[in-house]
Amino acid sequence: MPSLPPIRPEDVATAEKIRPDGAFDAPSDAHDPVRAGYLLRLGDDSLILGQRLSEWCGHAPSVEVDLSLANMALDLIGQATLLLGEAGDADSLAFKRDVLDFRNCWLVEQPNGDFARTMVRQLLFSTWQHMLYQRLTGSRDEALAGIAAKAVKEVAYHRELAAEWVIRLGDGTEESRERTLDGLGWCWRFVPELFEVDDEVEQAVAAGIAADPREFEAEYRAEIARVLGEAGLPVPNDQRPILGGRRGHHSEHLGHLLAIMQYLPRTYPDAKW
Amino acid sequence: MYTTELSKQPNVQSIEDPERLAAFEARVAADEFIEPKDWMPEAYRRTLTRQISQHAHSEIVGMLPEGNWITRAPSLRRKAILLAKVQDEAGHGLYLYCAAETLGTSREEMIEALHSGKAKYSTIFNYPTLTWADIPAIGWLVDGAAIMNQVPLQRTSYGPYARAMVRVCKEESFHQRQGYEAMTSLANGTPEQKRMAQDAFNRWWWPSLMMFGPPDENSPNTAQSLRWRIKRETNDELRQKFVDITVPQAEYLGLTVPDPDLKWNEAKGGYDFGAIDWDEFYAVVRGEGPVARERMTARREAWESNAWVREAAAAHEAKRRQRAAA
Ligand SMILES: [Fe+2]
Ligand SMILES: [Fe+2]
Ligand SMILES: [Fe+2]
Repeated sequence: MPSLPPIRPEDVATAEKIRPDGAFDAPSDAHDPVRAGYLLRLGDDSLILGQRLSEWCGHAPSVEVDLSLANMALDLIGQATLLLGEAGDADSLAFKRDVLDFRNCWLVEQPNGDFARTMVRQLLFSTWQHMLYQRLTGSRDEALAGIAAKAVKEVAYHRELAAEWVIRLGDGTEESRERTLDGLGWCWRFVPELFEVDDEVEQAVAAGIAADPREFEAEYRAEIARVLGEAGLPVPNDQRPILGGRRGHHSEHLGHLLAIMQYLPRTYPDAKW
Repeated sequence: MYTTELSKQPNVQSIEDPERLAAFEARVAADEFIEPKDWMPEAYRRTLTRQISQHAHSEIVGMLPEGNWITRAPSLRRKAILLAKVQDEAGHGLYLYCAAETLGTSREEMIEALHSGKAKYSTIFNYPTLTWADIPAIGWLVDGAAIMNQVPLQRTSYGPYARAMVRVCKEESFHQRQGYEAMTSLANGTPEQKRMAQDAFNRWWWPSLMMFGPPDENSPNTAQSLRWRIKRETNDELRQKFVDITVPQAEYLGLTVPDPDLKWNEAKGGYDFGAIDWDEFYAVVRGEGPVARERMTARREAWESNAWVREAAAAHEAKRRQRAAA
């Protein structure tokens, strides 16, 4: 095959301009469903948790907390935009899929509850996400490695902030301790799903795209135990894992979250915003 | 600035030492900044505390109408922009509370005054955000009016307030631009989007003009505030500027200004516009705005139902100190 001249940036710009609305946005690795599937899991985790956190806006315990919750939500929505953008058209993926096609874990879709539950959920998720993203910075997939490198700094901060709050609340008043225990009881059921490795993850790991979460499960459990210890809270007993989010089988809560989040693009399918 | 200008006339000549007062007035007239440790007349302190805390409250209450749409923003980009904007507003509230605290009132006292209804906040936030188009309309009109009010305040006489305004103004211009840009998408969009845009414009236009406060002839503090450089332009001057800048922007979008009396006046080089319904304004100031009750309930609930979080943080801090001392 004869070699072709390089594509000039101005040609790309022109092509972009004349592309009809809604034309197929070819994912960078359209042929790679393993990659796309893995990106969806990561992107959906960030999107759904960002959506949940943004529900707090204007209703937090103090202006400072409002700021930090909004800041985390913004980081997560940013991550989702990049990750879903690698898996396909980010907005269509966010706004046009129904529950069965969402790949996030159960933990992130849990309702905020009170501030204690929100912070426990954040601790359990961000600690996991941080350990995962540290490894993903070495992904063979350059785009993913780049996203992880940017996100890992944000997530380190989320993890720290959540740990500080769990410690404050656990070691605060009798009421805050009770509430934190409740939050822990609510969220603990969903921890095993974070470490579930199914065929899809196995293939993504084999391809060098994904990290195997089992590698850092012990480290994760030790870290959570350390934070809970500092908070003066017991590590809850494990129970039968609740799984299914990665295959589209979610809690009842996700459908309501999507109904709110997706209402405009679904009501006005031809509109551009 | 989001003040309602409904304050009692400060009584300057009362108890102050005339020499100190004269020196103070001379410094202000020379455009020097007054700093927290400097002597200032009580009335100056009171007027400023009221104005800055009112502004802070407005930033915080103002998070609610926009927060109402974060979870329903129609694209990831719009969601991120709106989150960033509302986060900025929380930051503005924070700098302003800090600036007001330098005058000797604690944040708790100010929040208490807001929740008891003693302190006011901008009337504009007592209107509902009904459709998505209200978000662009707020950015474009409400933040636009706020900028018009705040830019001169970067040169206000009280140092901490002026410096807070410098930071605030930088972010406000992003707020207005994102609003106008989002409005452009609607105005060039589907018939449903155009309808939303026009409807939002109709609802926000007059309340935005009211944001500049009562007409000069009914604004008892204006003269004193101008003299003290707490204000740098009158309500009517700022309002006229806003109309003159905004009308062509609306025309560019193909939106109709909901004012049959609006007319270009060649002689004055500005627009003449219809009479503002001041009864409506004063009713909203009194707390009779359509969603005033919702706004205050939301603020009180956020504060009260989360009191345990603040108590826990304080209790933990005390324990930590005790352990460190032991
Ligand atoms: Fe403001
Ligand atoms: Fe602001
Ligand atoms: Fe603003």
